[in-house]
Amino acid sequence: MRQEQRELQNVHPPDWRNPEPIGRYNMVIIGAGPAGMLTAMTAARMGAKVALIERNRFGGVWFNVGCISSKAIIRTSRLYAEMRNAETLGAQVPTDIRVAFPAVMERMRRVRARISRRFSAQRLSSMGVDVYFGAARFAGPDVIEVEGKRLRFKRALVASGARPKLPSIPGIAAAGYLTNENVFDLAECPRRLLVLGGGPLACELAQAFCRLGSQVSIVQNDPMFLGNEERDAAQILADALARDGIDIHLNTDTINVRTEGNQKVVDLVRDDCKSTLTVDEIGVGIGRVPNVEGMNLEAAGVQYDKEAGILTNDYLQTSNPRIYAAGDVCSEKKFPHLEAAAVDLVVRNALFWGRERLSALAIPWCTYTDPEIAHVGLYVTEARAKGIPVKTFTVMMHDVDRAITDGEDEGFVKIHVKEGTDKILGATVAASHAGEMISEISLAMNAGIGLSALARVNHPYPTQAQAIKMAADAYLATRHTPTRKWLHKQWLSH
Amino acid sequence: MTNLLTLSDDDLLDSLQRAAFGYFLSQSNPANGLVADRSVTGSPCSIAVVGFALSSYPVAVERGWMTRAEAVDRTLATLRFFSNSPQSEGPDATGYKGFYYHFLDMQSGRRVWHSELSLIDTALLLAGILTAGAYFTENTQSETELRQLADALYCRVDWRWAQNGKATLSQGWKPECGFLHYGWEGYNEAIILYVLAMGSPTYPIPNSYQAWTATYQWENLYGHDFLYAGPLFIHQFSHAWIDFRNNPDRFMRERGIDYFANSRQAVYIQREYALRNPHDFRGYGENSWGLSAGDGPSPQRIRIDGRDRRFFGYTARGVPYGPDDGTIAPSATLASIVFAPEIALAATRHFCEHYPEIVSEYRLPSGFNPTFTRNGSRCWVSEGYFGLDQGIVVLMIENYRSQLIWKLMSQCPYIGAGLRNADCRGGWL
Repeated sequence: MRQEQRELQNVHPPDWRNPEPIGRYNMVIIGAGPAGMLTAMTAARMGAKVALIERNRFGGVWFNVGCISSKAIIRTSRLYAEMRNAETLGAQVPTDIRVAFPAVMERMRRVRARISRRFSAQRLSSMGVDVYFGAARFAGPDVIEVEGKRLRFKRALVASGARPKLPSIPGIAAAGYLTNENVFDLAECPRRLLVLGGGPLACELAQAFCRLGSQVSIVQNDPMFLGNEERDAAQILADALARDGIDIHLNTDTINVRTEGNQKVVDLVRDDCKSTLTVDEIGVGIGRVPNVEGMNLEAAGVQYDKEAGILTNDYLQTSNPRIYAAGDVCSEKKFPHLEAAAVDLVVRNALFWGRERLSALAIPWCTYTDPEIAHVGLYVTEARAKGIPVKTFTVMMHDVDRAITDGEDEGFVKIHVKEGTDKILGATVAASHAGEMISEISLAMNAGIGLSALARVNHPYPTQAQAIKMAADAYLATRHTPTRKWLHKQWLSH
Repeated sequence: MTNLLTLSDDDLLDSLQRAAFGYFLSQSNPANGLVADRSVTGSPCSIAVVGFALSSYPVAVERGWMTRAEAVDRTLATLRFFSNSPQSEGPDATGYKGFYYHFLDMQSGRRVWHSELSLIDTALLLAGILTAGAYFTENTQSETELRQLADALYCRVDWRWAQNGKATLSQGWKPECGFLHYGWEGYNEAIILYVLAMGSPTYPIPNSYQAWTATYQWENLYGHDFLYAGPLFIHQFSHAWIDFRNNPDRFMRERGIDYFANSRQAVYIQREYALRNPHDFRGYGENSWGLSAGDGPSPQRIRIDGRDRRFFGYTARGVPYGPDDGTIAPSATLASIVFAPEIALAATRHFCEHYPEIVSEYRLPSGFNPTFTRNGSRCWVSEGYFGLDQGIVVLMIENYRSQLIWKLMSQCPYIGAGLRNADCRGGWL
């Protein structure tokens, strides 16, 4: 409980007093999630007069009920999986592996409390940001009201985030279910857990709880996990989940939920085959919907769609050119680092007449399962739809020495190049540390570095990131055409 | 049984091919031509296996294993059955819109197991029907009827309906729930399905092929450039009927390769994978490779040599992404002979020498697994035989030996039209 109080002191101090607005702000930001906080800090550091409004807690979903919480739990769950598989690494399996779920959750809160120090309301205030707590509401094209105060602005940023999409399955509301907003409040690990959905959140949740001792089933109506992710990556993830012991139902619809005593009975249908699952809890990870309500966006002339969120152009500008939007409220892909990636763009475009385009950024994302699935840039199908011929250089992690020594040799690195060139179009990494590895390819793409240049980058040996160099080496090998070989031979014979 | 290892290559292939053909004699119902999916009691008919059987009868006639009259009788019985059996939306019909259900009752020919109206299995059946139509060209009453039936069965298939309003073909349909909501993605055995659908004079699908090939993945793996697909059967099934040498479509043309050469690459990648043997399965090696769709030890987890091993039953195993449980499909290895005889034959001899228990009456099983050992056995061996495995062995060995099936299908106007509509150029086209 002490951790929670410490955390609260950082993310929403109970005794906080909103400041008095002073003149016209260079920028007013709605929402203190990653995009809002980082934009406020960056703009303030550059000398802008900034106001940041948060109706709930600093950190948004990312910090309070999302990434940080889930990653802390995933780490512990991975440790339990490693303990059970110790024999594969030549170690002895501990004789009595018991999951202390309250300790798992306590560590998660401790981690959150620690990280919250860096993004506290007090800290932002001390950086010169006027921090307001309360519900923000546009009162015109250049003014926002919060808790009875009127904040006038030259530019505004809406970064109000998103919330879990609620399922419309008959009976599920009455039976009750978990989302990312309440799953991290659980006091006990559910004995039997059904996860609905096959996206990143659902897969992470399913694997983590399975490894913490739940008997987990996962149901989704698509034929693959992770939506548009590469088929082979989705296949590797499905295999990993099955290996963990998760009961997988793909191509399956959930058609009804009912309560029997303390149990939830769930009816499923796959094509024409009906089945029933009985569980203790249902976790829902079927997507997120943007928070566009309650801000009176109409008064500011900001166009939005309830499903797609605020409509922006490639400069993240809304239909009101003074107002920008970033993060989950306007982005199809909802990852915190996508919000962070938009920060510099928004600051430059909004405050310094910049003309930077979101589409010009190569922004990676990652699903933190085991193995992790990370991607940057175009998928093969996207590239081919644009008429770009693609060639993929694939290195299996089972050929990477460090992955073998670490017992983490499931997965691959796939780097897509424009055929006949070394221009990197995109990449997918499925590996234990894919999230770390993808950054090298992101860097190359953002800097316009080709795959042949990556072959000349020395990597420490042995590292798992060597897989990237091996893919680059494979590219170079294809350049050794018979003509080139002949020329080399002639040269060397002199 | 003669020691296989003492036979010359040609005699060995002849023995293995003839034994594989024997499956169709022992597992078919002469009254309606239906052939069992596998050689266990009560097995239903698989329409794809019937397609292989129909293609095997001309081989048997040419090789002297069956008289022409007997082959005509069997073929005619089959075609008459498919022509006269109920086509409707009813849940126990034999087919609908010219397509057929994947599994049928061996006696009544009605749908069983709630199986789907299967596009790919119908395509393999039609390939067999068209092969028969191309072979039995004599002006007898029987052979004339046979050809008319073959033509009518192909022409009545409503390919456009099977698009379900989309660019690509659906995988199947069920009367209980309509079209299955997953389609074909990536390179797979469906190329023959698309060729047949595009060659149709009655219900052609002109713009579907491009949409399907848009999901292709051109990969460099283990130093080989190839159009990726994991299991061997994907690189084989369409090639059982169509000679894809030197007649690439646009996608392959732009990469300087044809589908035949691509399958050869895939075979070498299979061997390379076995050499690397990333999961340390017993028995994998230079001459012991071949992951494909086939039987397996059944779904179970067993701890072997300090490792948790997960085994599967009948499933499509593939390289390099798996699934891989140590089960080798020797029929698929042998069926690679047409693409890479130098390694396929060596592997087959290796199986015969080192795992003689898997070869019974010259016939190779669907799968064997040296990692999965029980009751003192050296390896798990699939029980009985599967028609698809035996069929692909018969056809691919024949194409290697005489190219009979390829030659027959090159005379089929629908195949030529389908390939040309897919923008394939060159070679026999």
